[in-house]
Amino acid sequence: MFYQESGQFSTRYRQDGRALRLWQQRAALWALLLLAFGLLPFIGNDYWFSAILIPFLVLSLAGLGLNLLTGYAGQLSLGSAAFMAVGAFASYKLQFLLPGLPLLLSFVAGGVVAAAVGVVFGLPSLRIKGFYLLVSTLAAQFFVEWLLTKFAWFSNGNESGVITAPPLLVAGHDFGSPAGRYLLTLSVVLPLFVLAANLVRSSLGRNWMAVRDMDTAAAVIGIPILRTKLLAFAISSFILGVAGSLWAFTYLGTVEPHGFDLSRSFQVLFIIILGGMGSILGNFLGAAFIVLLPIVLSILSGTLLSGVLPAGQLENLQKIIFGVLIILFLIKEPDGLARLWQGWRARARLWPLRF
Amino acid sequence: MSFFMEVLLGGLLAGVMYSLVAIGFVLIYKASGVFNFAQGSMVLFAALTFVSLLERGLPFWLSFVISLLSMLLLALLLERLVLRHLVNRPPITLFMATLGLSYVVEGVAQALWGAQVHGLDLGIEDTPLELGGLMLSRFDLFAAGSAGLLVLLLSLLFNKTRIGLSLRAVADDQLAALAVGIRLQRMWVLVWAVAGLVGLVAGLLWGARLGVQFSLSLIVLKALPVLIIGGFTSIGGAIVGGLIVGASEKLAEVYLGPLLSGGIENWFPYVLALLFLLLRPAGLFGERAIERV
Repeated sequence: MFYQESGQFSTRYRQDGRALRLWQQRAALWALLLLAFGLLPFIGNDYWFSAILIPFLVLSLAGLGLNLLTGYAGQLSLGSAAFMAVGAFASYKLQFLLPGLPLLLSFVAGGVVAAAVGVVFGLPSLRIKGFYLLVSTLAAQFFVEWLLTKFAWFSNGNESGVITAPPLLVAGHDFGSPAGRYLLTLSVVLPLFVLAANLVRSSLGRNWMAVRDMDTAAAVIGIPILRTKLLAFAISSFILGVAGSLWAFTYLGTVEPHGFDLSRSFQVLFIIILGGMGSILGNFLGAAFIVLLPIVLSILSGTLLSGVLPAGQLENLQKIIFGVLIILFLIKEPDGLARLWQGWRARARLWPLRF
Repeated sequence: MSFFMEVLLGGLLAGVMYSLVAIGFVLIYKASGVFNFAQGSMVLFAALTFVSLLERGLPFWLSFVISLLSMLLLALLLERLVLRHLVNRPPITLFMATLGLSYVVEGVAQALWGAQVHGLDLGIEDTPLELGGLMLSRFDLFAAGSAGLLVLLLSLLFNKTRIGLSLRAVADDQLAALAVGIRLQRMWVLVWAVAGLVGLVAGLLWGARLGVQFSLSLIVLKALPVLIIGGFTSIGGAIVGGLIVGASEKLAEVYLGPLLSGGIENWFPYVLALLFLLLRPAGLFGERAIERV
């Protein structure tokens, strides 16, 4: 019923190396792109852009960053928010120090600074493994938070530490409207996803997976552990840094350390657990889930339980549901939503037949 | 010099409080290989249950017993609903399950007992005590005393009883323990319940110090560097780690803090733990993993 891959053969090596080998997949991708770029900006309303689409895109990107490190290279991290903060503050500071620096370039520069910080905190991973590595990433989390709140230089002497992000001007166009911010976010997020999707299919991606599965064995077959692990930290932190800049510039509109506390790190971790570790698509699914769940819950409790549930209990309920879902996923579907989607696709291909 | 000694001793005593939380971790890690991030929320849950019962007019001992029973119930449910289904999964999966668990436990605790701050008075006045020319907090001494008692009881349990023997066997080799007829699942319940007891004691002491409130669950973050320095598998290590972290944290705050404009106690233990790890990757007393392909 769905579609079949029969009859589509690769006749060139180039065709064999494609990320999407079937024309149906490519057509679906183009349709999605058309929808995202051509249709949504015109039909969406401000609430959709500001409360759903922008955080969804940025969190997908953050999930991607952590997924490269944890899902592909197997290095557990609880410091994602720290690298996001570094990216955001570096972008902001560069914008301030070098007036006239193109906005997109400052995002990239923010990512580069985050990558450098990531490498520093990734260095211990060469000697420390498994849970012990949590210490290094948590050290990053607390140290960066402390640094950014304690030293006024980072926030230009602003007392509260909260700074308003500069206007979003790209090549003379103002992307300040909700639809504009959405488009800007989308056009930063998508290329990074394309890059990452190809990266994990490259030899570097294979090295990451080898290190994840067993780093001693990987070292024995000649994979340079040092370079592989540090590259994982660098690239992951770069992506997280860009995500942090976007979070501050296009979503919040303010740059502040408290937007990047430990609970943000957990949020990013939950995205990849729920979405699927070691999956590119999973980041989108996980982020959509994380963004939509609170909204759906509050709507549900507003209609079904209005008056029954005291206001304060909603947050507790949300927490419980969240925790239960995480445990359920780990028990039933450790590979996350991405795996569910795969299974559904495999069944849909044969429907209505069973085999 | 006496100022230095005072800071040092104060830090050591505060470190004992960290150790208390870390011991709960070690128990569970040893027996089931689970890195239990939910220990902090178990501390919160136990303390909140205790204090709410106390506020409803129950006597001290009854509230204590009921809180203990609730921790036992939690351990039973946990084994039945979570751990049993996650046998043979990679440690990272179990860790993330405990992350989810900490959300559930925190949510349930606050849904049951509310989110406001409860004061807790254990009947020990926190007046400084002069000992050999040094001013020491009476409360800290009491905390250290109860921690010492707890560790004594635990080591008796582990070394002198049949249950302790089974627990040590499970910690040593789960498969071999199964083969000689030890009921693994019962041991898990037991060890989670004992960790609950440790959590309850820690919760009472910390709660009396800070007030029983949500932030109690964050002491898990304080216990982590302690655990890392001591090694995941040694109760003695947890204590030594706690002392090291407590003392160096206070000393750093006093002597290093002013240079760095203060507030360094959040990250300092982590950097310290990192330095320890670079020298000894499995902590001071942890078991060295032998790597084979």
